[in-house]
Amino acid sequence: MSKMMTGAEMVVQALQDQGVTTLFGYPGGAVLPIYDALFHQTQVQHVLVRHEQGAAHAAEGYARSSGKVGCLLVTSGPGATNAVTGLTDALLDSIPLVCITGQVPTHLIGSDAFQEADTVGITRHCTKHNYLVRNIEDLSRILHEAFYIARSGRPGPVVVDIPKDVQFATGLYSAPKNIQHKTYQPQLKAEIAKVKQAVAMMAKAKKPILYTGGGVINAGPLASTLLRELVKLTGFPITSTLMGLGAYPASGKNWLGMLGMHGSYEANNAMHDCDLMICVGARFDDRITGRLDAFAPHSKKIHIDIDPSSINKNVQVDLAIVGDCGHVLDDMVRLWRSEAHSVDKKAHEAWWEQINQWRARKSFAYKKSETTIKPQYAVERLYELTKKRNTYITTEVGQHQMWAAQHFHFEEPNRWMTSGGLGTMGYGLPAAIGTQLAHPDALVIDIAGEASILMNIQELSTAVQFRCPVKIFILNNEYMGMVRQWQELLHGGRYSSSYSEALPDFVKLAEAYGLKGIRCSDPAKLDDAIMEMIDSPQAVIFDCLVDKTENCLPMIPSGKAHNEMILPDADEDIGSVIDDKGKMLV
Amino acid sequence: MNAQSPAAALSPYSSSNGKKSVSETHTLSVLVDNEPGVLARVVGLFSGRGYNIESLTVAEVAHAQAQSRITIVTTGAPATIEQISHQLERIVPIHRVTDLTLLGGAVERELAMVKVKGKGENRMEAMRLSEAFRARVIDASLESFIFELTGAPKKIDDFVELMRPIGLVEVSRTGVAAITRGPAAM
Repeated sequence: MSKMMTGAEMVVQALQDQGVTTLFGYPGGAVLPIYDALFHQTQVQHVLVRHEQGAAHAAEGYARSSGKVGCLLVTSGPGATNAVTGLTDALLDSIPLVCITGQVPTHLIGSDAFQEADTVGITRHCTKHNYLVRNIEDLSRILHEAFYIARSGRPGPVVVDIPKDVQFATGLYSAPKNIQHKTYQPQLKAEIAKVKQAVAMMAKAKKPILYTGGGVINAGPLASTLLRELVKLTGFPITSTLMGLGAYPASGKNWLGMLGMHGSYEANNAMHDCDLMICVGARFDDRITGRLDAFAPHSKKIHIDIDPSSINKNVQVDLAIVGDCGHVLDDMVRLWRSEAHSVDKKAHEAWWEQINQWRARKSFAYKKSETTIKPQYAVERLYELTKKRNTYITTEVGQHQMWAAQHFHFEEPNRWMTSGGLGTMGYGLPAAIGTQLAHPDALVIDIAGEASILMNIQELSTAVQFRCPVKIFILNNEYMGMVRQWQELLHGGRYSSSYSEALPDFVKLAEAYGLKGIRCSDPAKLDDAIMEMIDSPQAVIFDCLVDKTENCLPMIPSGKAHNEMILPDADEDIGSVIDDKGKMLV
Repeated sequence: MNAQSPAAALSPYSSSNGKKSVSETHTLSVLVDNEPGVLARVVGLFSGRGYNIESLTVAEVAHAQAQSRITIVTTGAPATIEQISHQLERIVPIHRVTDLTLLGGAVERELAMVKVKGKGENRMEAMRLSEAFRARVIDASLESFIFELTGAPKKIDDFVELMRPIGLVEVSRTGVAAITRGPAAM
């Protein structure tokens, strides 16, 4: 269907045609025509955020929890620059976003006009692709292309920068059709010979491990189902990155827990000692590998990834399979079945026995207390009291995030929204709002820290306006806990600026927004307080006063190998663990 | 920041593979859509990820299709160069990345203009050497020449070095253009 309309109308029409029902945004001079076009329709609901960074994170939460493309609309200049952190976050975690930015009229571009910024220049490095639309004739094609690029292949954020005169111009709108992009053609199906080779290697392995990541989640729920099937068929142990939690259920018997810097002892040791590593949709990030020259030294490595540049970037692998995780897992399961592969049972038994010894170390254990709430205990109780419900978890960034990853257990994909690659404090609340809007009837909880939550606290207004009953569960230890922990590790415990000074009264803050505030500092009263939060029909700020000095362990200190973890019951002084080389790292 | 700096090679997070490999020079031929910003994307990738650019040439090569070819000479460990190719392939308006050094048998040429100042015997010597290098005189005054020279980068380096004691003023070079031998396209 081709039809004459203005650029602004095309934007709204394209959003509708792309199935967008929720658009996060903030108006301003350079997007007024688009806001006017939104005014005349009801199909796309506009969610007014209180800061453009919030729009981007809300769109991320929406996208990650629903599998759809998240969409935001911001004005030129400060609107666009405020969105940059969210775009970068989405790039690093491969979240599909389309961000429409207003721009000054084309004849003013380059003149330092009011609220002008070089948006495509600024966002070139933090988007998968971006466009400056100079002609109305290109607008509808570019809009559809933007959605295609955002969601296909390795997903990511795409910016479409539209000057105001293009929004007013009139042109012919064309509806989306099956796009065959002339240059961008991600490889979805892998070479079958390589998958065959992988399956043969898997059948021969004596100490295999599956190391999975966010790519499995991005490949859609079917990929998770296939992953579970593969684990069932092979009996392999499985671990996952922070971004991949939920692809394999935490209750599954082959689950070793998360791996990496704050991963489990069994997962990290199994990675270190394995003879075959099958990496599915993960990218050998430094939080995962630890010291690279001591990374899984006796293993063959298979890497499945849709992005060829992820392969051999940090770690050289023996077999590279480029393709979508879902397609490759499908081929693997089929080949394993049809070729009736079996495994070396005896070797596997010995391997599992070794793993169970590591497991018995109970690396996520912590000292219980009857007088103060341990942060781990708080997450544990939160999990126990919500696990039977339709629950989605978002987090901010820091100690609370790692405790959430360790002690909240995920059975399904798309239930866990966290800022992994960029580590953006302030992600959790807007992401929770986005998640709640995608799942209006679900229980959405932002597990937060008292420092992170203040970074986008203005989004409480958004939650109120759009009646999002999100629960903000703050593990309040009055410190930027992870910063404090690293100051203990590296800087002699000198807590330079890591104390959360001048905190608001979070209960009164909630009340100021007309929301419910709950405070709890007594472990004996925690369950009742959590139930009160869950049962509240509105948004809640739960100020959970936890042990102020607890550190997040176990931990692979920077510059160390997988088998050199600090365990929670270690009696060593953590200030002496990291050597000078390790101190240089982040 | 340079990916090949000693500090990076010593980092425990740096690839164990990268540490042992020696640096190589490769010529990459990159066919792109000739649209605004495409060169910035390519150059930004190199600066953002700490890759080296030794030379870079760009010009439209197919007007009807609006395609340009960017030829980049880069140095790095083989693994880094493989990574550069893959990172380039991620850029949406890039059609194709060909590592001509890996492929082998490519012809590489560069054009240089070399300004030399001198009188008397120096002037004669410059002329004699230019003939040996098949350089053309494209401008002359009573006390200077501009030579135009085409060839592989090494030949131009050699010529420039010979001109230095004679009276080299300055040099302008195009950077490398390259193409594969034989009937097949790149």
